[in-house]
Amino acid sequence: MYRPRIIPCLLLQGQGLVKTIKFSSPTYIGDPMHAVHLFNEYKADELLLLDINASIENRCISIDLVREIGEEANMPFSVGGGISTIDQIQQLIEVGAERVVLGSIAAVNPAFVREASQRFGRSTIVVCIDVKRTFLGKQKLVYQNAKKTANTDIFQFAKQMEAYGAGELLIQSVDRDGTFMGLDQELLFEITRQLSIPITGIGGLSSTDEIKQAHHTLNLNGYGAGSLFVFQGKNRGVLINYPSSEELKLLF
Amino acid sequence: MNRKIVIVDYGMGNLHSLKRIVSSHNIPVTISNKASELLTATHLILPGVGHFGQAMEQLKRNELIEVLNYLALEEKRSILGICLGMQLMTSFSEEGDCEGLGWFKCKTINLQAYTEPSIKIPHLGWNTLTVKNDHKILADISASDEMYFVHGFGVVEAMEEEVLCTTSYGIEFVSGLCRNHLIGLQFHPEKSHGNGQGILSNFINSCIVHE
Repeated sequence: MYRPRIIPCLLLQGQGLVKTIKFSSPTYIGDPMHAVHLFNEYKADELLLLDINASIENRCISIDLVREIGEEANMPFSVGGGISTIDQIQQLIEVGAERVVLGSIAAVNPAFVREASQRFGRSTIVVCIDVKRTFLGKQKLVYQNAKKTANTDIFQFAKQMEAYGAGELLIQSVDRDGTFMGLDQELLFEITRQLSIPITGIGGLSSTDEIKQAHHTLNLNGYGAGSLFVFQGKNRGVLINYPSSEELKLLF
Repeated sequence: MNRKIVIVDYGMGNLHSLKRIVSSHNIPVTISNKASELLTATHLILPGVGHFGQAMEQLKRNELIEVLNYLALEEKRSILGICLGMQLMTSFSEEGDCEGLGWFKCKTINLQAYTEPSIKIPHLGWNTLTVKNDHKILADISASDEMYFVHGFGVVEAMEEEVLCTTSYGIEFVSGLCRNHLIGLQFHPEKSHGNGQGILSNFINSCIVHE
């Protein structure tokens, strides 16, 4: 039987792992290889690794680090951060990444998604859509670590990404990042209803119980979380954790 | 005959993690796109991620089709196709409307066109196998063991005795093909934790080596 993936989302800053709140105030939480090792032990469904400063610094996530992760990980993992050329995607896949995540480049040059999908196949190309609500509640597409706002309708953009060959969309809520206030279910429901490719929701996940409840309505293909799997409780003490295989099966 | 594994490199997909996992068996493993190297293998792995039509092009460009056919059909070496590698073993794919190697008389279809709109394609995530024919490669695998899938196209209409296992996602598709020394798996054993590693061990240790 098919079940959706529960995906730990790890943020890289330099060579270290950090966790943010609403995309700011990164707190150092440890060594990425140590975390990968632990998620191996926990038999995590999949890992997502994003270099949060790469696009701003106009560089790509470190190929060497991805190679190291590829040599350690027994599970599929996707990587993102500043990817902007076909050659970078080629290298990242060669060193072991299962899929690549296109964020800022997709916002700035949507046609690149089509080019990448034609070259590597739909299954390899993931587009991350960072969404921030204005104080009036309007959803805006943001990019470059939420430093820039695009003048694009979220739903139109999501459909364009599907049409251009994205194999999955990560819909990430900037406002809920690191807050434990719950997924943006309203947004996720509307996006998954309008699209025919898999959707993974990220940002605000409060507990694995929330996944169980949310899944009844949302029926997403993936649920991602950072804080939930790297902190113990809301006082943010670092403790890498993940549901056991038995717990996972009970969720769906 | 001493065992040797060659992972066929035709420029499609991640070979690193595969090499690392099969390397744990103390058997030489090389990654190669040279016919001369492929000929030295007892076990070949045909991996692959990407577009079927382009993959066939790459095999042609590297002049590998003839040697693969020779190894599979004349020499009967053990060959494992993974994901796109399995699809390449079929006669035809709707991805690029392109002929495959044709070792298995069946076809690869676009899952999108055969499933309800509410079924999100690609099929992405963990799913189970329903074993249809006994084969050493799936010894120890139970009905609840989950494997990692990521694919938008799938194999259907295989000969009953060549269906190793099936998986349901909107439709029931063939998630494993087998005929003696030729095996295809739609999922990624190299990404499926212990269950997947067991399958790769079975391929290396139990599958018959033809001299």
